Amino acid sequence: MTADTADPDAAVGVAPAADAGFLQRYGATIEYILIPGAALVGALAVFGIFVALFGKNPLDLYFYMYQGAFGTWFSWQNTLTRAAPLILTALCTALPAQLGMVIIGGEGALLIGALSATSVALAMPWAPPLVVQAAMVCAGVIGGGLWITLSGALRQYRGVNETISSLLLVYIGLAVLNHLVEGLMRDPASLNKPSTREIGAANMIGSIPGTDVHWGLVFGLVAALASYILIYHTVFGFAARVAGGNIRAAKIVGLGVSKLILTICFLAGGAAGLAGMIEVAAVQGRTNANLAAGYGFTGILVAFLARHNPLAIIPVAILLGGISASGGLLQRRLGLPDASVLVLQGIIFVFVLASDALYGRIGFLKGKS
Amino acid sequence: MDFGKISRRHLLQGSAALTLGSALGIRSAAAADTTIGFIYVGSRDDYGYNQAHAQGAAALKKMPGLKVVEEEKVPETDAVEKTIESMINLDGASLLFPTSFGYYNPHVIKMAKKFSKLRFEHCGGLWSDKDPTNAGSYFGYIDEAQYISGIVAGYSTKSGKLGFVAAKPIPQVLRNINAFTLGARLANPKATTQVIFTGDWSMPVKEAEATNSLIDQGVDVLTCHVDGPKTMVENAARRGAMVCGYHVNQSPLAPKAYLTGAEWNWEALYPKFVKMIAAGETIPNFYRGGLKEEIVKCSPYGEAVSAEARKHADEVKAKFLSAEGYTIFKGPIMDNKGKAVITAGTDRGQKDPELEKMDYLVEGVIGATS
Repeated sequence: MTADTADPDAAVGVAPAADAGFLQRYGATIEYILIPGAALVGALAVFGIFVALFGKNPLDLYFYMYQGAFGTWFSWQNTLTRAAPLILTALCTALPAQLGMVIIGGEGALLIGALSATSVALAMPWAPPLVVQAAMVCAGVIGGGLWITLSGALRQYRGVNETISSLLLVYIGLAVLNHLVEGLMRDPASLNKPSTREIGAANMIGSIPGTDVHWGLVFGLVAALASYILIYHTVFGFAARVAGGNIRAAKIVGLGVSKLILTICFLAGGAAGLAGMIEVAAVQGRTNANLAAGYGFTGILVAFLARHNPLAIIPVAILLGGISASGGLLQRRLGLPDASVLVLQGIIFVFVLASDALYGRIGFLKGKS
Repeated sequence: MDFGKISRRHLLQGSAALTLGSALGIRSAAAADTTIGFIYVGSRDDYGYNQAHAQGAAALKKMPGLKVVEEEKVPETDAVEKTIESMINLDGASLLFPTSFGYYNPHVIKMAKKFSKLRFEHCGGLWSDKDPTNAGSYFGYIDEAQYISGIVAGYSTKSGKLGFVAAKPIPQVLRNINAFTLGARLANPKATTQVIFTGDWSMPVKEAEATNSLIDQGVDVLTCHVDGPKTMVENAARRGAMVCGYHVNQSPLAPKAYLTGAEWNWEALYPKFVKMIAAGETIPNFYRGGLKEEIVKCSPYGEAVSAEARKHADEVKAKFLSAEGYTIFKGPIMDNKGKAVITAGTDRGQKDPELEKMDYLVEGVIGATS
């Protein structure tokens, strides 16, 4: 948090001294850091007032948020563990956004990805762990990918609004998961907590050496980086952004819009499906209703806060991971209810959306031409 | 940009507080003898499962030398592992109560292995020989209290139709439905219990729909087994039906409609655990009990409960408390498809492992497990 609040100040300090050429070249980049940073600081200030109304000292609040999220090595690990699934589920919203689509069904793709990965692992008990893990990654990506491709196809071929269809598919995904977990795939020994059988300790992917953070974080970082390269440094990504900017223009220049939509939706769902696979292979060890923990929904928030930039998703996911990691400390030290973290997330979201109106309107960043 | 300046000032104050706070933190951690961490899956004022545990935590707060830290709405993912570690690392907790059933495997087991000198007490009755010995899992035979509720409900119903709003058709829930129905049929042999499963532990909208639809079918006494009975209790009372509570005493929500209820008695068990630890005794890893062991209790009778109902219910309660005990699942018991599930002459006492696998609804229950 503090790092983010320092950035805008640094930028303000530099800006007036620099010449117009510098501003012309980097003005947009500075805006991308300055405006969300200011929105974040504004949201924190409003949240401080909100907390003060409950008779708590806002300074205590900021201190505990810092301590709980970034204050110790343990807190950092806590934050990164919580950020890992968010990076992947945020990609599920951010990638289709390049095409102008608003997909909010990452939670459904996560559940289907987890279910597919578990099924594959249970189907090959003889295979060595590396083979099982590779198969689980593939199954998770394909399962989640096809789930969101369904939304994309409905939009492209049937004119169904992809926001609504992807959201409704979350509930269908959850129902499918519950149906299988409580029926066909149920471990008879899981009496009071219907679950599938366990994939086995040998097949778990474990933690990054020297930390408690599971490998999901690395998967997330790699996926975010790859998405960034794909969108901003390949012809495919350029085509996607052209189609997102003006779909008719894209058709006129002969871009295969259907193919673009389906591919991007597949990749987006694949990212969320991978998050589901990791939840199974790194955390739960089996599939049950616990997987529906809301990572897919928090991912939407992350994607919007990052303005759908795959690289920006990484710090934003860490920030939101930090907020959720510090939420426990706020409850324990300040006696705030859990909902206060949701209030903070809501305030941040509103501030960032409202700050969208500021782009291109900050006088001193325009430069003089 | 004003915000930026404010924030920079706060940052400076914050770092000052950091130095001060860490010094104070160490001191305050040393001052309290034992720090106990409570973790809830829902909100601790839900008039239900989580509130029952929070009442137990509140009982510990009154004891000298104890510091209680609490965290609510912790999901059954690695978030609970991080909460446990945070309570240990940042608050110095040495005894932890992760109270939700789904925390146990794999999360509590993993943490108990990692912090082998600390004590973990999980609610759910899941401990087995393979698990770490510094972890325990306790639970209560709350079907005994449901049986008493059933007796009271059997006397109180005019239509002979009882309603049960249930989460999932799992053994624990089925056992409560069956005990409630067997109790009701003790009072009124013609009574039936219509059951509706909502599919999950906290589904307020479905719970309200189920309540309304049961009352529309002529049900006039309802009970439930979901995490937060508030929805059912308030809706049923508004529609003029009577209710038996669950988890905690919900009579403040519906003073006129509340008959009695099956409650957890964690405010008796938790201080007992702490005293056992202080005295150097070991808490059994698998700790269970019912009314007699004071792990569960019945809510005080509401004003609508007749003298006849009170007398009968008190008699059965006295039998539960007596040395020889009382058996609810005593053969012959038929399921609602006409099959004998417990044959004549077979007594399935409260500790019988067969009851843990219950997958049927007894005669008199209208509904299906799948």
